[in-house]
Parts: sequence; structure tokens; C-alpha cells
Amino acid sequence: MANETGIGAAVKRKEDARFITGTGRYTDDIGAHGQTYAVFARSPHARAKLNGLDASAALATEGVVAVFTGADLQADGIGDLPCGWTVHSKDGEPMVVPAHPPIAVDKVNYVGEPYAVVIGESLEAAKNGAEALEADFEELPAVVDLASAASADQIHENVPNNQTYDWELGDKAATDAAFAQAHHVSSLEIVNNRLIPNAIEPRAALGEYDAASGLYTLHTTSQNPHLERLVLAAFVQIAPEARLRVISPDVGGGFGSKIFVYAEETAVIWAAGKLRRPVKWRAERSESFLADAHGRDHVTKAELALAEDGTFLGLRVKTLANMGAYLSTFASSVPTYLYGTLMAGQYKTPAIYVEVQSLFTNTAPVDAYRGAGRPEATYVVERIVETAAREMGIDAAELRRRNFIAPSDFPYETPVALTYDTGDYEASLAKALEHADYAGFGARKAASEAAGKKRGIGFSCYIEACGLAPSQVAISLGAGVGLFEVGEVRVDVTGSVTVVTGSHSHGQSHETTFAQIISEKLGVPFENVTVLHGDTGRSDYALGTYGSRSLAVGGSALIKAIDKIIAKGKKIAAHMLEAQEEQVDFADGTFTVADSNQSLTFPEVAFAAYVPANYPLEELEPGLSEKAFYDPPNFTYPAGAHICEVEIDPATGVVDITSFVAVDDFGHIVNPMIVEGQVHGGLAQGIGQALLEHGVYDETGQLVSGSYMDYTMPRADDLPSFTVDTTVTPCTHNPLGVKGCGEAGAIGSTAAVMNAVTNALGVASVPMPATPETVWRAAQA
Amino acid sequence: MEISITVNGRSEALDVPDNALLADVLRERLGLTGTHVGCDTSQCGACVVHMDGAAVKSCTVLAGQANGAEVTTIEGIGNPDNLHPMQAAFRENHALQCGFCTPGMIMSAIDLVQKADGQLDEGDVRDGLEGNLCRCTGYHNIVKAVLAAQDDMKSA
Ligand code: FES
Ligand code: FES
Repeated sequence: MANETGIGAAVKRKEDARFITGTGRYTDDIGAHGQTYAVFARSPHARAKLNGLDASAALATEGVVAVFTGADLQADGIGDLPCGWTVHSKDGEPMVVPAHPPIAVDKVNYVGEPYAVVIGESLEAAKNGAEALEADFEELPAVVDLASAASADQIHENVPNNQTYDWELGDKAATDAAFAQAHHVSSLEIVNNRLIPNAIEPRAALGEYDAASGLYTLHTTSQNPHLERLVLAAFVQIAPEARLRVISPDVGGGFGSKIFVYAEETAVIWAAGKLRRPVKWRAERSESFLADAHGRDHVTKAELALAEDGTFLGLRVKTLANMGAYLSTFASSVPTYLYGTLMAGQYKTPAIYVEVQSLFTNTAPVDAYRGAGRPEATYVVERIVETAAREMGIDAAELRRRNFIAPSDFPYETPVALTYDTGDYEASLAKALEHADYAGFGARKAASEAAGKKRGIGFSCYIEACGLAPSQVAISLGAGVGLFEVGEVRVDVTGSVTVVTGSHSHGQSHETTFAQIISEKLGVPFENVTVLHGDTGRSDYALGTYGSRSLAVGGSALIKAIDKIIAKGKKIAAHMLEAQEEQVDFADGTFTVADSNQSLTFPEVAFAAYVPANYPLEELEPGLSEKAFYDPPNFTYPAGAHICEVEIDPATGVVDITSFVAVDDFGHIVNPMIVEGQVHGGLAQGIGQALLEHGVYDETGQLVSGSYMDYTMPRADDLPSFTVDTTVTPCTHNPLGVKGCGEAGAIGSTAAVMNAVTNALGVASVPMPATPETVWRAAQA
Repeated sequence: MEISITVNGRSEALDVPDNALLADVLRERLGLTGTHVGCDTSQCGACVVHMDGAAVKSCTVLAGQANGAEVTTIEGIGNPDNLHPMQAAFRENHALQCGFCTPGMIMSAIDLVQKADGQLDEGDVRDGLEGNLCRCTGYHNIVKAVLAAQDDMKSA
């Protein structure tokens, strides 16, 4: 039976009712009686010793309640902000980790690093107090340039060469041998520009402490409240987890930047306990620019070895990755296990060797931003493949086809530690070529030329590893946490259903898609399903949302819980209908006995579970509420083909995207409307990286692009409408056959745009972002 | 200073600091938290409301400037049982994800459509919403929604 609110239906979203009427509840919308306001004093210097801090004038400022320094936190036993993934260097040594106190104690290492927090009766009082602080800074030369950071001044006492690790993956000897045999070698120097995530909701926190119960409650803008609680309890030592509740209510976008545990919420929850009063903080946008974890920022040399017919023989990649001033929560994993492992792309390249040196600079910490490592990997692979096609005079689509892993090759083990379960790369490319009217490109190019314009087309056949992650694999590679997910299905007495998930929606629409799954599997009307998330007080420990994992991992946990509900429901129904359990079938919300006309509805069985009059109490507990944990056996591998066509006006350097086609394989799809929306948003971010966005520090370490006037966000008039389509090879190892769609747009699109721009200009490379000035200069050459 | 403003049809007399911003007064004093604040340079449009019928960025308007004005916020244009056509079109076209930009986006879009008198094409909508940032949707569905609402508002 086609279920209009079931799996595969473009159901309108539940969450919209509140968001379109202005009744969403974001952290900053929540207040507590008697709350105080926190303002952070932030370093104006990229690198300096903090020789002293005179807070007397601040404390004397009207309305100032308290001033806390890094030393105050330390004296109270508050620990450092940890990095949750230990990467090992080539020599087997674990990465070198510098101390990262939430509030700087005696030195500051990036502009915007907090060195004190001022608490006031009002926001204004706290701001005035912060202005009155007198900090004695002794400026030191800043290390800003990534390429030379290893030989610059040492930033952290315990970190020689500013290097946290020097990591490798793949077979160096085999790769060198492949290059020795190559007919052709293409090489490319690539800079993956620094991005600033810029969720439109700034980060915020409200900390409360209840002295009577000793319970702390933190409302904050987190993608993973349990992880936040774990870090605050186990590492920062605020309180044991049982006395700490973290709530992420409606969250206005994350894109990775709200995964991490930051200084601000740490200080806020601690101060609430100290002062025994609620403490509230909301970032101003300039603070978001300075102190949210940034993304990307790699310098790479890539080489591809090819045989005469274009067969890929080997890929060699050497990358410098910028960590910023400290190791943010998952920073170390991004340029390694989320990057090097993706270097096979969609291709049968037999030998691959990747080296990554991650370095500290006096800039904001860098961590996962939408795609996290995989966009950087795709950019390397798809730029070098396109370059090789041009150099060898082979059609760019054809060269890819010749090297694709074929459907018959799955499961396919890459030389860089992953086993792809399934895919059909040629199918996505073929569909994309059709949508893009590749055959008509020549005519369009001629027309553009006749009008004095340059036209180009670019491809990107990306792959990503999502559904993070098989816990044991991740832990063996250095992860400090498991990466399973929890799902709970609470059937109510009358048969409505409350789902509690450890996944968190900050735009992804779990309240809708998870309800669709319940509607499909249990036959419960969509409107009778409520999905709760984002509260450690409601769900069991789980890992939250990032890495396109919610449906693949969280949805799978939900399916396991549903299976338990059905299994128990069958037992109850069998008892009530005086049948054998094996004879009872469940479909479309009804339990039926085979070869009979006996049946019970789902609500009837639910009612019996809670009003157990006719119920096998001696064998079965009453109630109908089940929970399941799901740990994925493998990553999922969404993949697809993106094709971008641009027209460039050589007189102005303006790049006009005349068409953008994305054909993605996400496996089965629960809600196509929502999936398309996810792709659109990702494309905008990927195109933004290619053409507009750039996080820039000057040589003294000042953030030059620190506001919306200086950092170019994609706006409605910068972007085209997109052509989005899908192909389907279901994931083979999760119960829904889903792969995840949250990051694909941002992973695939950047390379497609830059391949199109370089194709139009007839040049080997153009730096990102390809702003009009950059493109104009390239066009003059 | 003492001000009196009409917000969503209700007159309010308030004593506010001279430097209070309309956005903060709406949020903190009147509890109308549907109006969001997303930046400090008047660039994101999350705070857009209507003042005497025109869209304004309420983070850039002093509460004192709104003295005597009629202000309409996202809470004042419709409710779940009786949505404004623009609200309905946003839902129908999946023009929102996290919802944070949405109130400002809807208030800007209504103003845009009203001023254009039903004549907007895709390019006009893209130009007209240039003052509102959305990080989630890539604008594709927002543009669709505004064009759809334009038709609905015409026939309404
Ligand atoms: S808050 Fe950004 S424009 Fe008003
Ligand atoms: S829907 Fe999230 S910023 Fe627009």
C-alpha cells in the first residue's frame, strides 16, 4: 500500500508550523529568572604573553557581578578543552597536543581568543565591564602563513616545528613504482581556501545551576548535546554526567561548527555554578567570525600517474593542513581519516600514497565544516583528474568512465583503507551529462565566443564516506568515542508514538522523516507521531548529528527499536487471539493471524500492553516501549556527478553559472523534497567556496574578513537555480538502504565549478575563491 | 524614554533606554522572539519586520524611531490555522530548513511582492532578497516560494 506519509513521500515538514510563525525556540529565545549576562574579553593580538590582568575597574563598573579569568577556572579544577581523536604520525608517535585552557591563562594565540569573562546584571553592564579590563599584553610575532609555519617561531612550548603530526596513508613504494612506469604524470598545486561556517544563528548558551539538587542545566546551540555533556563532565570536570543536563533546542544551522565544545558554554555553565545564578551568552556575529571553528585551509601538491590509454596508475598527495592555534574537538581527524581515505574517489587507482602534516598557526582553530575532509579530498582528486584529461587530450567524462569502479567490482577495497559497498558511478554521470546537455556544449561555447564571452564546463564525480561510523574501526584509528546511535519508540496507551532520538536536527528535518519511518513501519498516522531530540535528559547517550549520519545511523537505530516493538506486539496479539506467535503477521498497522479473519489493530495491541487484562503477564512485561542502539558495520558511500557550466565576461571577470546539475546516489530516500533541499544548501556552500568565500588573516594575524561586509556569503543573487536528480543503489548494510545526503552538495560542487572556470579560461588553475578580480587577472594572461 | 508603538495590532507604552534597538525591544520586552538577530552589521536580514507597512531591519532601528509607528512582526501575519500566503508558500515549497532566517525572509518577501504588484520574475526575487542571508537552502526553494506566493497574493 502506498503510504502518503510513509517512506519515499514528499511529506511537508512538521517543524515548519513553528518556524514560519515565529514560534521556534532557539537558545537565545530562552531566558531564566534572574539571569546574568556574560561577555568575553577577547585577545586583540594574534600572539602575545598575558603578563597581567587588572580587573579592578571592571569590577567597580556598575552592574558588573563578577570577572573570571583563566586562572580562576584552573584554580577551580576546570580542565582543558580536549581533542577527541588521536592521530599517530608516520613514526608511530601520537600527535602532540598543546594545552587548551577554555580561557587563556598567560598567553593568547589567536585574535578573538577569550582571556576573561565578565558577568553583568545586564548585557550592557557586562560589556562596559569588559571594556574596563586592563590586560597587559606583550606582543610576539605571529605565525600566520601555513606554508612556512613549520619553520616559523614555535607557538606552543611542547610542540616543535608547530607540527601536531606527520601522517601517512597508503603504500609509498607501490605508488613510487607506479609513477616510474607512467606514460604521463599530471601535477597540481592546490590551495583549499579557509572558510568560516556562518550558521545564521550565532552560538549561544544559557547555564543554570540548581543548588537544591546540585543539577546543572545548559541550553546551548549544539549538534550533539551528549558529546557536549561528556566533554564537560569527563574532561572539563564541571560535574558528573548525571548532574549535568544539556539541551539543544531549535538550532539555527550548524554545518559542523556546532559539533565542538567551545570555551564559551564551558565558562557559562561553570560560572552559573559559581555564582548560583543563571548566566546567558549569545555571540555577536563578529565573535562568530573570530571564534567559531573555521573550515578547510589546506595547501596540497597532487600528482597523478597515467598509462597511455588514460588508466590511472598512481596518485601521490602531500598536504599541509592548518589546525589554527589549538586542536579543536575533532580537528585532527578531518585532514586524515576523513580526507586521505577518500583519495581513491570513484576510481580504480591501484596505488595511492597520502602524506599530511598538520600545523599550528596563530589563527582560529580549524575543524570540521560541512563535508569535513571529503570536500578537500574531492577537490584534489577531481581537479587532478580534470587536469590530466586536458593534458592528455581525452574527454574529461570519458577519462573518468575509463577509470570508474564498475558495478561488478563491489564490494571494492580501495588502497586507502575503505571498502565501498555499492555504487553505479557511470549511471550518475550519464544522467548528469544528459541533464547538462553535454552534447550541446560546443554550440553554446561558440555562441558565447561570438558574444565575446568565455564558456566552460567542469565535472566532479565525488564520493564520500558517511554514516559515521563503525565504532571499532573509528576507535582503532584513534577516535575517543564510539559512534553508534540510539533510537527509542514509546508507544502511548492509545497507540500514538513518541520517538526519542540521539540525532539532532538543526535544519535536517528529523521530526518529519523519523515520523515518516514510524508511519510506514507501524501504520501509525503521521500526525500521531512526535519526535523528540536534543536533550540529554530525554534520550540515552548517543552521538548526535554530523557526517550525514542521522538517517543512516540514527534511522537504523529507530528501525531496530521498531522491530522490537513489532516482535513484542506479535506476542501480545498472539496471546489475545489465541494463536501461535509465528502465525501472527504485522502489516499496515494490523496484526493478523495467518489463514484466518482474526486481526487486531496496532492501537488495540498498545492498549492491551498498558491495560493488561487479557495479557500474558507471567511471560511478558507490560508496556510497549523499546529502545535500540545501532552501530554501523561500515561507512555509507554516497556518490554522484556534478556538472557546472559557466560563462565568463573577460572584461569584468564575473563568473556566471549558467547551469549546475547534481545527480546523486543517496541510496533509498525517505523524503525527496527534504533531500533536494539538503543538496541545494550544500551546493550553495560549495559554490560559495569556489567563487566567493575566503577567511583571510593579514600577516599580523588580524582577521581581515571578520564581518559580512568583508566575508562574501552567497546571497540569492549570486546563485542559479539548480538541476537536481538522483540514481539509486541502496546501501547494502543498513536496514533502510540509505546513505546520507547532508554533505554531498558541498563535497562535489566546488571542484565542478573550478573545473568549469579553468576550462573557460583555458588555464591550468585559478585560486579560490575565483572572484571577479582573480578571474579577470587570469583572463588577461 | 517613553515610547508608544503598535505591535501586531496591540498598542504598547514602553520606557526604553535611548539607545535601545527595536529588535531587542521586540524580543526582550515584548517576548516576540520570532524576530531574530543574526549579525551586528545590518547584513543578514534575520531581524526584518514591517514598520508602517515597509520592511525594515529592526536591528538598525532605534526603538525611539519606532515611536508612534505600526510594527508588524512574523507573529502578526498569520497563525498555523490561518497562514499568510507567504508563510504557506514557504512550507509548501520547503523554503526553510533550520528556520532561523525564515521570519526575516518571509517579512522581506512580503514587502517585495507587495511593492512589485505581482510582476516579479526569478531574477527580481533574487535581487530583491539580496539583503537576507540563508545558509541552509541555497535560496532555490525560497525563490520558488516567493514566486508561488506572488500568485496566491494576487488571487487573494
Ligand atoms: S540582525 Fe542582521 S540585519 Fe539585523
Ligand atoms: S533556513 Fe537556515 S538559515 Fe535559512
